[in-house]
Amino acid sequence: MTQSLRIVERTKAFFTEIGDLSFFAGRFFKEVFSRPFEFQELLRQCYHIGNRSLLLVGVTGFILGLVFTLQSRPTLMEFGAESWMPSMVGISIVREIGPVITALICAGRIGSGIGAELGSMRVTEQIDAMEVSGTNPFKYLVITRITATTLMLPILIVFGDAIALFGSAIVENLKGAVSYQLYFNQVFDAIEYSDVIPATIKSFFFGFAIGLVGCYKGYYCKKGTAGVGEASNSAVVYTSMLLFIIDFIAVFLADIFFEI
Amino acid sequence: MIEIQKEITTVLEIKDLEKSFGDNHVLNGFSLQLFEGENLVVMGKSGSGKSVMIKCLVGLMQADSGSIRIKDQDITVLGQTELDLLRTEIGFLFQGSALYDSMTVRENLEFPLRRHKEKLNMTEHTEALVIEALENVGLADAIDLMPAELSGGMQRRVALARALILKPKIILYDEPTTGLDPITAKEIIQLMRSIQKKYGTSSLIITHDVDCARVISNRIILLVDGINYAEGTYQELSASNDPQVQAFFKH
Repeated sequence: MTQSLRIVERTKAFFTEIGDLSFFAGRFFKEVFSRPFEFQELLRQCYHIGNRSLLLVGVTGFILGLVFTLQSRPTLMEFGAESWMPSMVGISIVREIGPVITALICAGRIGSGIGAELGSMRVTEQIDAMEVSGTNPFKYLVITRITATTLMLPILIVFGDAIALFGSAIVENLKGAVSYQLYFNQVFDAIEYSDVIPATIKSFFFGFAIGLVGCYKGYYCKKGTAGVGEASNSAVVYTSMLLFIIDFIAVFLADIFFEI
Repeated sequence: MIEIQKEITTVLEIKDLEKSFGDNHVLNGFSLQLFEGENLVVMGKSGSGKSVMIKCLVGLMQADSGSIRIKDQDITVLGQTELDLLRTEIGFLFQGSALYDSMTVRENLEFPLRRHKEKLNMTEHTEALVIEALENVGLADAIDLMPAELSGGMQRRVALARALILKPKIILYDEPTTGLDPITAKEIIQLMRSIQKKYGTSSLIITHDVDCARVISNRIILLVDGINYAEGTYQELSASNDPQVQAFFKH
């Protein structure tokens, strides 16, 4: 096969995948509001996705706050602008770094987990067994997981942001002798609704993207253990790419509507 | 007269089933009838389309053409709700057991019950039904174990218990003895027979295990080149002079 033919094939496969993913998303919206509702499984998934990611998001957020503040201090000191530190860190974390980093971490932990779990269920015919027993596996497995990631990710992001700000406050307290009260006063003075609202809205989309791609890759996993590995791996790769695209669109729209 | 009528009641019928994957024509007009209380074995080489046929039967795959009637309902034209309801009358034992590995044995058995118990007007308590199903397969002690803690034979038994929990009228077995040692395979076959006697179910068994076919079958269909190549009892087919038929029964 010549190089140009290979490129054509790959491009075709890429757009076919985009089409299939859109169809999958369409099926989600079509079935999410129809009965029966799997509330019990949804709550179980919220617990799995939310509660079990807290430690990872917390530790990452804390280190992020520490490192970000430590790295920014020398530059701000050069301009005599250390007093801007709380507002700069606060806005950066709430508006951009917190949501994106937390979403990327969750794509790695949750997205790959969903891809591998559903992939393994597909390969071992558990999804077929569910369907044969008269249960709609799309509703039971896919809708609950996508809904859970969509609902849980904003909460995880808020949690990650809070821990990151706390990490930053510790550095400022130790290095700049800024009290915690003063630090958080300055942070909350600087943050406006135009920072919080777009960040919150995009975090729902981040959650939806993580659940959607993870479920899509797992649900249509190819046969064999290699297929499960591929589903898990490509779920992370595709989701990460999608997160940046969503982030770009969100920033672009926020710029229009909120004039940030 | 009433007795004769009972003997010929058809519970499942496949007519001229065709299924292709690209240029690979797997089923080329396959037909069968399963009668009430009968054990019908479909034999064929690996890749002959046995599993494709059984998946078309329960709606996991769409046939290209042909009709599939289960209890007088054509499943190819049924809506999702009707199909799901009809599926409660069919038990399916998967080749690899297909137990939900994130659930205990109890939860595996409760799963179909939680959804369909009320629809099927089952008045017994869920716990009692689960224990009864596990006792039928001799595994009442394994109720709180995870599937990963069970041996291959035990997994197959639990899968059989799950297939039986809604007390279906028809049971489909996809290679029930594949991957098991000869002793465990014999135990599973005996279990299938005892269940058939106890509940009077009709069974369609997909296999290439001649011993399994000999012990359990009332009738055998050989699936060759996508059609029902030969049909008869074990004795009739094993005495056949046709080379294609002989290939299955030669030891």
